[in-house]
Amino acid sequence: MTDAQQTHVVLVGHGMVGQRFLEALTEAEPRPPGLRITVLAEEPRRAYDRVHLTSWFSGTTAEELSLCGDGFAAEHGIDIRLGDPVETIDRAARTVTTGAGHTVGYDTLVLATGSYPFVPPVPGHDTPGCFVYRTIEDLEAIKAAADRARIGVVVGGGLLGLEAAGALTAMGLDTHVVEFAPRLMALQIDDGGGRVLRRKIQDLGVTVHTGAGTRAIVDRAGRVAGMVLSDGTELAADLVVFSAGVRPRDQLARAAGLAVGERGGIVVDEYCRTADPHVLAIGECALAVDGRVYGLVAPGYAMAEVAARQLVAGPPDPDRTFTGADLSTSLKLLGVDVAGFGDAHGVAEDCVEVLYSNPQAGVYKKLVIGADGRLLGGVLVGDADAYAQLRPLTGGPLPVPPEQLVLPTAAGPRVRLALPDTAVVCSCHGVAKGTIRAAVTEHDVVDVPGVKRRTKAGTGCGGCVKLIGGIVTEELAAAGIETRRGLCEHFARYTRAELYEIVRVKGIGGFARLIDEHGSAEGPDADGCEVCKPAVGSILASLSGGHILDGEQAALQDTNDHFLANLQRNGSYSVVPRIPGGEVTPEGLITIGEIARDFGLYTKITGGQRIDMFGATVDQLPSIWQRLVAAGFESGHAYGKALRTVKSCVGQTWCRYGVQDSVALAIELELRYRGLRSPHKLKSAVSGCTRECAEAQSKDFGVIATAEGWNLYVGGNGGTTPRHAELLASDLDHDTLIRTIDRFLMFYIRTADRLERTASWLTRIEGGLDHVRAVVMDDALGICADLDELMGRHVETYEDEWAATLADPERVRRFVSFANAPGVPDPTVRFTPEREQIKPVLFERLEVRGR
Amino acid sequence: MGATGTTVETTVEIATGTGWVTICPYDRLTPGRGVAALIEGEQVAVFRTRAGELYALGNRDPFSGAYVMSRGIVGRRGEVPIVTSPMYQQAFDLRTGECLDEPTTPDGTPAALPTWRVRVRS
Repeated sequence: MTDAQQTHVVLVGHGMVGQRFLEALTEAEPRPPGLRITVLAEEPRRAYDRVHLTSWFSGTTAEELSLCGDGFAAEHGIDIRLGDPVETIDRAARTVTTGAGHTVGYDTLVLATGSYPFVPPVPGHDTPGCFVYRTIEDLEAIKAAADRARIGVVVGGGLLGLEAAGALTAMGLDTHVVEFAPRLMALQIDDGGGRVLRRKIQDLGVTVHTGAGTRAIVDRAGRVAGMVLSDGTELAADLVVFSAGVRPRDQLARAAGLAVGERGGIVVDEYCRTADPHVLAIGECALAVDGRVYGLVAPGYAMAEVAARQLVAGPPDPDRTFTGADLSTSLKLLGVDVAGFGDAHGVAEDCVEVLYSNPQAGVYKKLVIGADGRLLGGVLVGDADAYAQLRPLTGGPLPVPPEQLVLPTAAGPRVRLALPDTAVVCSCHGVAKGTIRAAVTEHDVVDVPGVKRRTKAGTGCGGCVKLIGGIVTEELAAAGIETRRGLCEHFARYTRAELYEIVRVKGIGGFARLIDEHGSAEGPDADGCEVCKPAVGSILASLSGGHILDGEQAALQDTNDHFLANLQRNGSYSVVPRIPGGEVTPEGLITIGEIARDFGLYTKITGGQRIDMFGATVDQLPSIWQRLVAAGFESGHAYGKALRTVKSCVGQTWCRYGVQDSVALAIELELRYRGLRSPHKLKSAVSGCTRECAEAQSKDFGVIATAEGWNLYVGGNGGTTPRHAELLASDLDHDTLIRTIDRFLMFYIRTADRLERTASWLTRIEGGLDHVRAVVMDDALGICADLDELMGRHVETYEDEWAATLADPERVRRFVSFANAPGVPDPTVRFTPEREQIKPVLFERLEVRGR
Repeated sequence: MGATGTTVETTVEIATGTGWVTICPYDRLTPGRGVAALIEGEQVAVFRTRAGELYALGNRDPFSGAYVMSRGIVGRRGEVPIVTSPMYQQAFDLRTGECLDEPTTPDGTPAALPTWRVRVRS
């Protein structure tokens, strides 16, 4: 590529930093003429988000992790070649040669080869059953092995090691963490924080060994059977994951005669250049001018920007250099907040530490203050809410006495610090608060996704998203823009959750009283609408019980609840009897079959392990249910915002792999929560082992059996935006499980918005899953007794809606097609045969005259 | 349309081209709901509001073609009394039959419902 007009940039490695480099290069305007870009990568995939790698275990797909969309390369004319690593560099000829034998010339070579996991060279370290934790392929291999394993050991108690331990635990393995240093996360936090973190991790069922080295891996019949620790202790293990740090991949540069550090890393200057002006190195493979190799994404991104800058903007810009970065980190490990920032270990001369430690509550907070009163750094474990505010203030004076920042909220008011505009909110992309404010005030951005699109803030590690949300709300409020939150025009001042509280506290039993006393309209006979009526109907049904078709409640229900059946496109209805846990007797199946046959209904098996019968007219519904009720069936509430089904796998009774009786538990749960009205439908499932055949992790509440008890997952759903459920609690015994689900459901019903599934509720509410856990497991709000009582009342007062309807002629009387011609079926509901069943006849145009 | 019933033992009637047809006793109508009636082969939806007013509109939902309007939720949007289609939730003015959300159906026909005269007779 010696054409004088052309500059050929060759990037070696397509990881996160490499991708950021490509983005910085292609975003430059104007694009330098003649710029040609080729990427040569060893991995078989384009760049993906390694920071969130662990989320692959909880269902995030490789596609979702991808950072480089299908169109990116084509759009920018970049030639990306995957799966063919560069093996040699010929600096004299300015070419590189790949494993497959291709030789590619370059004008500028950018090495972004990343790092490799360090595996201690102990005997047996390469026995089958030993893994590292770096790529999606590694995770696939771990997952496959975990299926056959019972005990897993993670070597390394750092960030990645603990993530790996969390993943193994979630897959049902007995998990150990072996850390050489005297504490967990030795780099980021101090001894005090380490102790609190250790305690919290152990509470989750992980066994922690600190100050322990690995002497050997025990190999039995060619597979891992255990390991020997440095003190001679032997641990049984079926699977070992090495996560003991990473080493820079500098072999290419080393072989090409470029300088590397004593402990590895390609030596670069503040512009990320090697001694060869045509070769740059960025990210984890580079040794920065401060003598460090950075294994975090934010410094890597900063290096990518610096490198790209000089390729597109001519001579190096002394204002854009990389001379080092701090190692601040904030993350959630196994549900535990951990953050370390600035001088976390307090090494500065004459510094003092202000700390609050409460091992009982699992909270540890320490601030390091300089002799001159400036904030130098800190460690936060168990509650890192303050991190987003504190990190940007590091290096400057504290606006309030430091003790106010570490004491728990109950001991004093939570302090909100005003960040200066210059404070960097997103350190991954170097976005300052002023830039985010400007996005709102000058570019009409109104939410976090808007900020992400406009400024990139929040699109790296995501740790600052909460802070961004706060800034946006603050700016909108300052501009007088109020976020509309009322239910609808008739209850403009109240959210659904607030109306629920009003109904509960005042014991309101009907819509009329609620709208008269709390509605927005003045005067008598105010009326609601299609939004507030069903919402209030649901609240009344959740709280007061009673039949949903009685009295005033009748007018609140939408057509499905009004006819206790599901409206279909031609005006007919479908009928779903409850089949708890999906267990049904042959007699039951025959009865359903006979009823469907006798009424000429179309039958289909549902996704929730029941049978749906379609094509019933309004006047057929009571007759159909007469027979179903006589055969012992109850309403399945397929029509209601209520518990639908609790699906189950066949469980321990029959299945060779089952460890608990999932069917019995599913039936118990379905019978307990049947008829429970909620802000949206509720779906559930119970799996009898970690293979998860019941797909419990896609449900509002899902239960998976473990050897010790049950794991409870919440907040999953399918639909337009599928979301995997998150682990709320593990290894619960039967009674604790039921109590926890009781409270979770009642807390959701109490606080969710209208038509808000548990998934979006969990995302929306402040504190998310942790808050819910604190409320339902530790009674943080002191409301558990209330929640328990409400659920107790629900269970006690449940009655089958259909049996109750049939028992009352007044209720049955509404099931007619025509008020002036009872008994006449609706002539417009017609069917035609298809595949030996019926299907609706579409409507011919029929003009109706008005008079 | 727009009549008010107060006394018991009253019936609801709808005007045909030739006279008034009885639908049902007034008390059979639930405040805030509707019923369907069959009048000379045509389907009419009759609604009673919370305040006691009666309205009668065509029962056919112009968006789905299904005869389901009588099963919609009755309420108010601002000052306008409305019924919401149970199929796809468009709101119609109970007084005029006009659709408040979309002027025409996807096939281009006007989305208004025909209206009928309705009264209460003691």
